[in-house]
Amino acid sequence: MERHWGGDYVFLFENLILKDFRIRYRNMSLGILWSLINPLVMMGVLSLIFGRVLAGGGDPHNQPFPVFILCGLVPFNFFVGALMTGATSIVDNAGLIKRVLVPREVVPVAAVLSNCVHLLIQIALLLLLTVAFGLRPNRYWFWLPVIWALYVAFVCGLALGSSAINVYIRDTRYVLESFTTVLFWLVPIFYSFSIIPQKYADIYRVNPVAALVFAMRNILMDGIAPPMSIIENLTIAASFAVGAGLLIFRRLKPRFYEHI
Amino acid sequence: MLPALRFDHVTKTFVHHAGRMLLRDRVIEMIKPSRRPRFEALKDVSFELAPGESLGLIGANGAGKSTILNLATGLAQPDHGSISVNGRVTALLELGAGFHPDLTGAENVRVNAAMMGMTRRQMMDRFDEIVDFSGVREFINEPLRVYSAGMTMRLAFSVAIAVDPELLLVDEVLGVGDQAFYARCMEKIRSFQSAGKTIVLASHSAELITMLCQRALWMERGRVVMQGVAAEVIAAYRASGT
Repeated sequence: MERHWGGDYVFLFENLILKDFRIRYRNMSLGILWSLINPLVMMGVLSLIFGRVLAGGGDPHNQPFPVFILCGLVPFNFFVGALMTGATSIVDNAGLIKRVLVPREVVPVAAVLSNCVHLLIQIALLLLLTVAFGLRPNRYWFWLPVIWALYVAFVCGLALGSSAINVYIRDTRYVLESFTTVLFWLVPIFYSFSIIPQKYADIYRVNPVAALVFAMRNILMDGIAPPMSIIENLTIAASFAVGAGLLIFRRLKPRFYEHI
Repeated sequence: MLPALRFDHVTKTFVHHAGRMLLRDRVIEMIKPSRRPRFEALKDVSFELAPGESLGLIGANGAGKSTILNLATGLAQPDHGSISVNGRVTALLELGAGFHPDLTGAENVRVNAAMMGMTRRQMMDRFDEIVDFSGVREFINEPLRVYSAGMTMRLAFSVAIAVDPELLLVDEVLGVGDQAFYARCMEKIRSFQSAGKTIVLASHSAELITMLCQRALWMERGRVVMQGVAAEVIAAYRASGT
């Protein structure tokens, strides 16, 4: 029954991402700089508290602390931001869903991809800081696009599923908000993997957000390749999330119109 | 020849959910299933439209005209019956649907055209044509916020027509343009018709339908009252005094 849409997906995504980007930054005097201020403030506060006040809370081998913190914050912030805009995207774009024939899967995916614009800026900042603190770029940096692509795909899958469920159960977003608060403490942002007791280590590695943090620190700080088990976990998580997300979305989308 | 648009015994009902969209409501629903009041928007509607024909939908508010257009566009699915469409569809269902007030006219044109299925190449070729036809060139780099309803409608219509669909669905938006633009719209629609394209137009205006459409469908409370040659249907509609 579904109507064929014969358009140009690349052109469409490009326009939707640009649209979000323009709406978000056009009315801000500092524009794009805002996307740097939040992680920098968080980095400063966490570095101060855990690096100086509670010195020893971090791992002394994992210096410099600001880079260490950002390796945790950048993936976590992206996860929260992209998941939340993704989950509410269908309801937020009711006008589009009810009035324009556009493939609906595009809406949550574009919401996640829009967050990639300031993600890229934050990663650039992180790489600059890494170099500024005297850590050398190394060939394992080539792993970064791979792990991030898997991670973004993982979040797209979650956004597809949750945006569809949010149409029918509007408190989905509040459940997700609580979940991300818990997640903040379950991801080693301001503590290191080495302080995690062995019996919990596997749980941490299965969590894709923690896995990405782990891989980032391996690459940027230790100058080693991320372990294959992490890449495998990320691949499995991304395929599973995209598969399940699409399944849920396809199942629920025929009745979006009635429920928005 | 395949019909451009065909409704075969289409029924569509909407459930009144009265904002009960929370987890609590879903749980209650599971424990104690209750039948919510349903609203029958379309009841057993059938019609067929050959390529090149134009159909006018007439009837009071809530008669089901917009539901027909929404289903034909593919935005919602019928409960019973089937709908078939042949060719590319473009719908102009609401004034500036998908437009954003903070984006400029030009940016909105691009986003909207991309959503309607235009490719990058087509956009490059047709952008000037769209802007010229809309007649808002001097405001094209201003945010849409400063546009009047008429200007917004002109821009939206210009994009929709530039997508060059085989089937164009228009819901009651032509009324907001000024006389000059209205005349140009009519001309455009006529050339569109003579190119063998199909149009479905929902309107309260019997004049507009007699002027543009060969065929008409008169709806009342979700049912077809009469369909056939536009002049006859409109005459009967007028005689009924509604």
